[in-house]
Amino acid sequence: MEQSIYRSHILVCGGTGCVSSGCKEVQEALKDELKEKDLRDEVKIVETGCHGFCEKGPIMVMYPEGVFYCEVTPEDMEELVEEHILKGRTVERLLFTEPTSDDTIPSYTDIDFYSKQQRVVLSNCGKIDPEEIEEYIAKDGYEAVGRVLTNMEPQEVIDEVKDAGLRGRGGGGFPTGLKWQFAADEDSDKKYVICNADEGDPGAFMDRSLLEGDPHRIIEGMIIAGYAMGADEGYVYVRAEYPLAIDRLQKAIDQAEEYGLLGENLFDSGFDFKLQIKKGAGAFVCGEETALMASIEGKRGMPRPRPPFPAQKGLFGKPSNINNVESFANVPYIMREGADAYNSIGTEGSKGTKVFALTGNINNTGLAEVPMGITIEEIIYDIGGGITEGKDFKAVQIGGPSGGCLTQEHLDLPIDYDSLIEAGAMMGSGGLVVMDEDTCMVDVARFFLDFTQSESCGKCTPCREGTKRMLEILEKITSGEGEEGDIAQLERLAENIKSTSLCGLGQTAPNPVLSTLEYFRDEYEAHIYEDNCPAGVCEELTGDYYVIDEDTCIGCTACVDVCPVDVISGEQGEAHVIDEEGCITCGACAETCPVDAISQA
Amino acid sequence: MACQCGNEEQNREEFLAPLRELLEDYESKEKYLIPILQDAQEEYGYLPKDVLREISGFLNLSFSQVYGVATFYSQFHLEPRGENIIRVCMGTACHVRGGEKILEKIKDELGIEDGGTTDDLHFTLESVACIGACGLAPVIMVNDDTHGRLTPEQVPEIIEEYK
Ligand SMILES: Cc1cc2nc3c(=O)[nH]c(=O)nc-3n(C[C@H](O)[C@H](O)[C@H](O)COP(=O)(O)O)c2cc1C
Ligand code: FES
Repeated sequence: MEQSIYRSHILVCGGTGCVSSGCKEVQEALKDELKEKDLRDEVKIVETGCHGFCEKGPIMVMYPEGVFYCEVTPEDMEELVEEHILKGRTVERLLFTEPTSDDTIPSYTDIDFYSKQQRVVLSNCGKIDPEEIEEYIAKDGYEAVGRVLTNMEPQEVIDEVKDAGLRGRGGGGFPTGLKWQFAADEDSDKKYVICNADEGDPGAFMDRSLLEGDPHRIIEGMIIAGYAMGADEGYVYVRAEYPLAIDRLQKAIDQAEEYGLLGENLFDSGFDFKLQIKKGAGAFVCGEETALMASIEGKRGMPRPRPPFPAQKGLFGKPSNINNVESFANVPYIMREGADAYNSIGTEGSKGTKVFALTGNINNTGLAEVPMGITIEEIIYDIGGGITEGKDFKAVQIGGPSGGCLTQEHLDLPIDYDSLIEAGAMMGSGGLVVMDEDTCMVDVARFFLDFTQSESCGKCTPCREGTKRMLEILEKITSGEGEEGDIAQLERLAENIKSTSLCGLGQTAPNPVLSTLEYFRDEYEAHIYEDNCPAGVCEELTGDYYVIDEDTCIGCTACVDVCPVDVISGEQGEAHVIDEEGCITCGACAETCPVDAISQA
Repeated sequence: MACQCGNEEQNREEFLAPLRELLEDYESKEKYLIPILQDAQEEYGYLPKDVLREISGFLNLSFSQVYGVATFYSQFHLEPRGENIIRVCMGTACHVRGGEKILEKIKDELGIEDGGTTDDLHFTLESVACIGACGLAPVIMVNDDTHGRLTPEQVPEIIEEYK
């Protein structure tokens, strides 16, 4: 292959977020522009994985300068090539503007969203072309596995992972080295390594971004795991909803095979390892390890009681080890830099970094990798840029449908596995859904129960029937039919379901209800006893027209302009009124009002 | 409905020919059940009963086991589906950013319920939990295209693209 030297590299994000914001079209326009200006030999376009800053997509980074452009469109490309490439001038209007200070920031590394992060697992995401194995290798990729296979005994590898203090990133936080030890200690002619990429947690997309942005890192981690426990075959179980991730991972596996990094006698060590992808078929419960293995075997994905644990009797009855995508992604770093380098990051009980998915009512939605022990406040305000539209923070749901919510009082809580459990939430996969003052917490609890109820596989009664009963009560409350005794009944059901369900799905399903009851009990009570939804979300409990508070109204007429049915009247500079008869409660007026004078009656 | 033309056997053969072809790539092992169902659905758009029967014969599994697996996973469909599949995300991130309103608007526009298919078999509407593009909430997917940061007002325009 002919290699040429380019004077510039333009990195265009090709993650799912940016694809849907139109990065493909941007790339096409850029290509045309470079062709037209005859710059194709000087400037190279690299399609990378997710930069993590999905909110501002499509994203582009210009190297060697490191200038970061965001929300670019195909129409911008002419100016960009003309100005940036040919004249060497930064295109100011495409730079990122910090939401907290209104400053425009030219360089990648100076943006708060990035500068407060510590990228270990995501170090290559957005920096390399995930479809080229050479780029991963150039970033020290496959160096760790080479050293492990040629210089280390399997037990040494396990000890290193134990010393590093790595804990499972799939939710439970079980020590990874210990889990590997269990599988290694089993005597068997066949063992399996499985990577859990089912990522069913709504609001989480870190595993997807890793597979799309740096698939070789997962492969390398899995080979090392296989060597450590004596397994010669691996499966990656990926959700069917992630076609791009599946595609990139398959390409990576093919390339690794070509390079002799997968297959037989790797690095002349006598160790064989092969890897294949298994596509999920749409069932949340298949993220649970025993259900996942049943699914690979071609059965209905239903969990079974443990013991026997997968390490004893796993896939096809053989000892198996199952880890999350992000857990495997940490392994090459640990083996390359050493356990001590790794465990110097983080807190006493939780080492290393964690990738969080920031979503909901937050300015900078996206992926952020931070050291364990960082506070919620730093994540939401420093990295996340605060709450959208300047509203007040109300709560953040962490750990998805199995987790709980944290509130104002937890803003300075250092995030690690143990502190979260203590606060009634859990790490889960690391989804952080931020909610503002306009969110109804009873509705949020109902939403999660609706999810777990419909995803319950139906095998055990407490989960199948219990979550249904809880959901019915929550629906009653949110539709204004709540009555005395409902809260007590919810609490009783919750305790029973938690203690008697077969798998983690049922055991954790009541958590969102319990934690909202703990911190927002008054909202439940307002729904039940005062027929009122304080956040104005539950339709049956909010009035069927809007009113303007005459003391607050400044008579700016903004609402008059947006009212689609023309029922607002009033002189400029004086308080306005809404004709309740004609109001269709579309809420447009309340949204436009600059002084928040309009609310639902 | 059974075919009325009298050539039932021949029609059945023709109907199953593509399935038989794709089965050639597989060994008769239970672990291939889900990949086979996925391939068959890709081919037929849904999983007709005759196809499920043929698969159960090929894998030496009881029909009830194949049926059980096909109904367990939400990806599989036993009824014909629309040419274009609209998936509306009802995940957490989309929920707090107004996913519900998008679903309502699409229902109105197409005149079908969640899970329904339009009479002309042009659109099928389904709600799903998290497409993994939460950064762009609220999100819908039409076939393989993701549309993010939606408002109800944009819905008609998007539907129009696929008409
Ligand atoms: C209902 C349910 C869903 C789960 N979903 C996932 C998932 O999507 N991804 C994941 O890695 N682990 C998931 N888990 C946890 C797995 O069972 C398992 O603990 C994990 O994959 C182990 O990997 P780790 O030790 O690296 O964290 C789920 C558990 C339950 C009970
Ligand atoms: S919650 Fe809608 S894409 Fe994740």
